[in-house]
Amino acid sequence: MSQRPSDALLIWTLRTCAVTAGVIVVFIALFLVQESLPALRSVGLLRFFTDSSWHPAENLYNLTPMLLGTLFAMVGSVLIATPLGILSAIFVNYYAPPKIAQSYRGVLGLLAGIPSVVYGFWGLVVLVPLIGELEPPGPSLLAGILILSIMILPTIALVADSSIGSVPKEYMTSAASLGLSRWTAIRRIILPSAKSGLFTGTILETGRAIGETMAVLMVCGNVVQIPKSLFEPVRTLTANIALEMAYALGDHRSALFVSGLLLMLIIVCLILAAEWISRGRIYA
Amino acid sequence: MREALKLKGIRMRNSKRERWPKVVVWSAAILISTVFFLILSSIVWHGIGQISWEFITAAPENAGRAGGIGPILVSTGLILGVAIAVALPIGLGTAILLSEFTPRESIFGTMVRRSLDILAGVPSIVFGLFGFVLFSNILGLGFSILSGGLTLACMVLPILIRSTEEGFRSATEEYRISAASVGLSKTTTIFRILLPAAAPGLSVGLILGVGRAIAETAALLYTSGYVDRMPTSLLDSGRALSIHIFDLSMNVAGGNEKAYASALVLVSILVVINIVSFYISNNWLRRRITII
Amino acid sequence: MILAIGLIPVLTTALAHADSNAENAQELNGKLVITGSSTVAPLVSEIAKRFEAQHSDVRIDVQMGGSSRGISDVKQKISDIGMVSRALKENEKNIMAFPIALDGITMIVHKSNPIDELKNKEIVDIYTGKITNWSEVGGNDAPITVVSKAEGRGTLDLFIKYFQIKSSDIKPHVIIGDNEQGVKTVSGNKNSIGFVSVGTAEYDAGIGIPIKPLPLNGVAASTENIRNGNFPLSRKLNLVTNAKPDGLAEIFIEFANSKEVADIIEEQYFVTTPE
Repeated sequence: MSQRPSDALLIWTLRTCAVTAGVIVVFIALFLVQESLPALRSVGLLRFFTDSSWHPAENLYNLTPMLLGTLFAMVGSVLIATPLGILSAIFVNYYAPPKIAQSYRGVLGLLAGIPSVVYGFWGLVVLVPLIGELEPPGPSLLAGILILSIMILPTIALVADSSIGSVPKEYMTSAASLGLSRWTAIRRIILPSAKSGLFTGTILETGRAIGETMAVLMVCGNVVQIPKSLFEPVRTLTANIALEMAYALGDHRSALFVSGLLLMLIIVCLILAAEWISRGRIYA
Repeated sequence: MREALKLKGIRMRNSKRERWPKVVVWSAAILISTVFFLILSSIVWHGIGQISWEFITAAPENAGRAGGIGPILVSTGLILGVAIAVALPIGLGTAILLSEFTPRESIFGTMVRRSLDILAGVPSIVFGLFGFVLFSNILGLGFSILSGGLTLACMVLPILIRSTEEGFRSATEEYRISAASVGLSKTTTIFRILLPAAAPGLSVGLILGVGRAIAETAALLYTSGYVDRMPTSLLDSGRALSIHIFDLSMNVAGGNEKAYASALVLVSILVVINIVSFYISNNWLRRRITII
Repeated sequence: MILAIGLIPVLTTALAHADSNAENAQELNGKLVITGSSTVAPLVSEIAKRFEAQHSDVRIDVQMGGSSRGISDVKQKISDIGMVSRALKENEKNIMAFPIALDGITMIVHKSNPIDELKNKEIVDIYTGKITNWSEVGGNDAPITVVSKAEGRGTLDLFIKYFQIKSSDIKPHVIIGDNEQGVKTVSGNKNSIGFVSVGTAEYDAGIGIPIKPLPLNGVAASTENIRNGNFPLSRKLNLVTNAKPDGLAEIFIEFANSKEVADIIEEQYFVTTPE
């Protein structure tokens, strides 16, 4: 392809954009490190995993239960939302009548924009008492997983929808002429061709699940403990920051930034792991 | 998306094995819609009685228990406007670079993509504290609509870029090759042909991004602030609708009804935004067909 | 893309302007920035609105962010006045506090709970996990759900100080943040017990939300009993400044302490400070 002056200008503009977008995360990381340093110096990294509990007022700083709480809530909600999201993308593209497909997409768009405090409120007033009837106290890991699933579902569903929608329609017609059933064609041909989009959608929804704060804070119970069942309350790292930041001073405040830093490390690990698992298979 | 819908006209082999997937797919869709309508109906049920022209235009009184949300709507619009005005060009540019000019395996592309994926998982409260330090303190914007909008822009970039990038990637190679063969410059190709083709991805990115931005609470509390006065400039502090909802439902005894009403207004605004953005993306689709 | 290129210089100039504006504004217009406790913010917002209505050239921006922000912001001169909903700590002696209102803390249970009163000892035993079933204090045979507050919150500080327990001794089943979350949690769980602001409890119980405030030491939890000093568990809501306030800040703090705002304080379900 020929390089023209206009193209060169374009490329440099685009590079500026990309560098701007890419550098934000570096700024945030630096900010977190800077704010975490006081606690890392006076408490030390190890104690964030070995202390007997999390009671900053009594100088105890164990983050492990909240780390696990975050991971459990994330894994649970991603396990629920991903299949539902992909199924709903298949629904709008291959099963639903056009009118229904259109309004269904509208529904997903709205679900994406309802404030987390509204989800949290709804969870607290409707979902939590229901779970409480089943197995007290009610606010629990399960409530958190369910609310998170609803919140991250639009992300995976819409991204999957747009990538499944852009699979060339010839694929389906040739599958039909080969005598494949619709479901077989979707499973064997459509989903594999859309896998890059499905992968991106999963990464984005996972990010949202990890980073979500307000709703989780309202339904999870926030007790710092390693849950023994789905019905026990947990506290996530994000809830920890939001609950205590407003009142924290000194090392306590700094320790909350360590929670943030830890959260970021988890995300980095997850992304590297996802890339490693998908090596060469996603963007073929 | 549209073409795919026509496929239902194609007769596919109808086996017994075809029935179960159909049941599963439909149940998933029904389940999701049910949950949505449960949430929506609780908002409508509690909120509709409060909605009036006065509620939409008047200023809040008695900590929001009385009066309306006029200034809050204006602030919300301005914050959202700043966020989109900043995030859209940067996001679109990055998405084009990643999909059109950067080889999949290049280090630069991988780094940018990775940092965006990490950014997507940063909790909103961290964005808020970060935005407060960077925009409000270091850049001296204080508590302001500008500083809130810029913080939101950082927040929605990952979703915007990654889904737009998917949109571009899915525009098939044929477009690119045929465009190059008739001697179009890369710039022309992108803006006249690929951008329209990528419109569905962009529109999904916008819907998700705007949704995330309009729903955001924690990030704005520390940046655009809590002041519910009518803003006179972008440097004024202005309370966003989601913060208002949060304050009324969690912090102000007796604010529930107005909180529901505000949530209903917010959802209605979203409906409008989503319809407009769908309309725009559909128009781009049609334009593509006339060009080729 | 022209938009993107165009935007960068526009933004940078906007930023430059912003810098100089912020400095000038403080001297010329008489602008106050008040930050801090989310409990106090709605109250001070309303007081500020009335103040602005009386002095049209003054602008008062009230921002939420928690009690510690209230203190650290005035220290760093990010704000002129802070809002703090807890007692000042030992190392915060340079800070000057001006109480503007009182707020009590009450134990609440679900309305259907037959318990009408708990002794202090019983409350301590429930919160430290020694009593786990309502039948042990004369109620139904049902496990108790203990609702507590997050570490560092003003209400928790007050609670543990009054009952003389350590926060690590509390064995909670649910930990909440704001008052309303506490009310919603307790009203949604028949066997729970929690503690929230008296004003919030009184209002919510009044409009039919199924919660029941319990008396403490035989004194009913009401704003009335806080005003006359009978209710044992109350706290001051403070405005704080870094040094002795002067100018606009001083005038505003005086205003917030005057009788002129008594009706606002009551409207927000708090109690005016005794003269």
